[in-house]
Amino acid sequence: MMKIEAIIQPSRFDSVKDALREIGIEGMTVTEVRGHGRQKGHTEVYRGREYTVDLLPKLKLEMVLPDRLVQPAVDTILKTAKTGKIGDGKIFLSRVEEAIRIRNEERGENAL
Amino acid sequence: MKHLGGKCCLLVSMVLAAVPLLARQTPASPATSASSAASSATPEIPSAIADKLKDLDQRVTAAQSAGDNAWMLVSAALVLLMTGPGLALFYGGLVRRKNTLAIMMQSFLLMALISVLWALVGYSLCFGGNGPVIGGFEHAFLRGVGAAPNPDYAGTIPQSTFMIYQLMFAIITPALITGATAERMKFSGTVLFLTLWFLVVYAPLAHMVWGKGGLLNASLGGKFPTLDFAGGTVVHISSGVSALVCALYLGKRAGYPKQPMPPHSLVLSFIGACLLWVGWFGFNAGSALAASSLATSAFVATHMATAAAAMSWSIAEWIKNGRPSALGAISGAVAGLVAITPAAGFVAPMPALAIGFIAGLVCYFMVTKVKALFGYDDALDAFGVHGIGGTVGAFLTGVFAQQVINPIFGAGKPTGGLDGHWAQVGNQLVGILIAWGFALVGTLVLLKITDMITGVRVSEADEIEGLDITQHGEEAYNLES
Repeated sequence: MMKIEAIIQPSRFDSVKDALREIGIEGMTVTEVRGHGRQKGHTEVYRGREYTVDLLPKLKLEMVLPDRLVQPAVDTILKTAKTGKIGDGKIFLSRVEEAIRIRNEERGENAL
Repeated sequence: MKHLGGKCCLLVSMVLAAVPLLARQTPASPATSASSAASSATPEIPSAIADKLKDLDQRVTAAQSAGDNAWMLVSAALVLLMTGPGLALFYGGLVRRKNTLAIMMQSFLLMALISVLWALVGYSLCFGGNGPVIGGFEHAFLRGVGAAPNPDYAGTIPQSTFMIYQLMFAIITPALITGATAERMKFSGTVLFLTLWFLVVYAPLAHMVWGKGGLLNASLGGKFPTLDFAGGTVVHISSGVSALVCALYLGKRAGYPKQPMPPHSLVLSFIGACLLWVGWFGFNAGSALAASSLATSAFVATHMATAAAAMSWSIAEWIKNGRPSALGAISGAVAGLVAITPAAGFVAPMPALAIGFIAGLVCYFMVTKVKALFGYDDALDAFGVHGIGGTVGAFLTGVFAQQVINPIFGAGKPTGGLDGHWAQVGNQLVGILIAWGFALVGTLVLLKITDMITGVRVSEADEIEGLDITQHGEEAYNLES
């Protein structure tokens, strides 16, 4: 089991989500986040006063998948989330020790 | 600001027009009486006709009063709408989220506080008596203010209507000042200061400009007849200049100007500005004090100036920043509304466009450049928009006023500079100087007094936590509920 955390451009979310569903990924958790990597922020001007906004809105997708689905999922995200411009986000992968379904206490991949 | 001449002409002409109608009824009466009336040839009108004329006269007066009163009551409500929710939303959106309720509460408080003061002494101090500087106590506790008109000010509407209409101006004026004290003034200090300010600065200025015998009154025997149709000096210069004094006295907000303090909701400000635009028709067109053609003229001038100022501020911003902002457009509109206020009932639509256009540019320059240059923290630009816009408007009124729009100095006598009466520009300058001086000195003294009694500024810890929680014990946006 692996956890995929993908930080993506909000505008790409629908394409990413639809493409993941097509390859059989059923569940995910989505959070609205703010942050920045190499992408610079933008300036806002209110009555002549300039403010630099460097934390930009992004979406964070989290999903825990059985190993066989991890590579297809990563490929799908790479394909659909990419605009080719700076600020497209990142994907992080990590091992997951255990998963437990709260309703019936199923464990392991069965709980996903 | 009083324009009874046109109304009286209308009334007389209606009565005269009615005479032939009545005369045509006489052939229906017996031939003998008709011939005897003709043979006597005296100018005396038969009593039946005289009675009819008198009756008609009363009906015409009542009809005019009904029309004027309807418009003035609506106007009064529109001017109240400017403070709440108009100004409350406009200012509320411009502050940071932790101070939203506090700034709205200040506007709302004034709706209540000034109303009570107005009934007790305020109206009388502004419009009772005929001294040069301040009114008297003849209408204290609203004594003698009822259904009968007060012919000095508005001869066709109940004095109660005039009184409640003028009250709405007294409410919004101190509310404008809260734009400069925003995000750091104590609520107790605000209440005390604005109470004193209303009695010591607003009431005398309102009397000087609008009251009978006032030093600056243009139509009721002022020494320096200053043209101020709807409150350029009384409302906007007084509040704007006082706002500057407050900003300087209070000092900068903690973190200003290093820490970013962007408006927390321009949506609220946008709605507020649109309500101000609408409410201002009551403010300016209502200042004709009648449902007259002058009210229409002021309505049109107000609208055109506002539109032009929204354009000019946006154009300036577009050139300077490459993008015109919503905040810029609505700020420009308010600057235009302020500048046309003294001129509304004196100028034609084309000069109104010019006044608005100039005011938009000047206020843009003040707010974006001059404020940064001097470094004072006029948090929501009450001085930059109202003080400067009001001054520009009061000055340009002297330039553009025309007697064809409003023959306030008598039929055929020129009013403004371009009309051939350049001395009026001098009168306007006197009015502007007196309003500036009065507001500067009065505000400084009253702030000192307030500072000694309640204090004016919250502690830095309270300021950082926000005035909503520390002054009122509540939050505008409760995210846990």
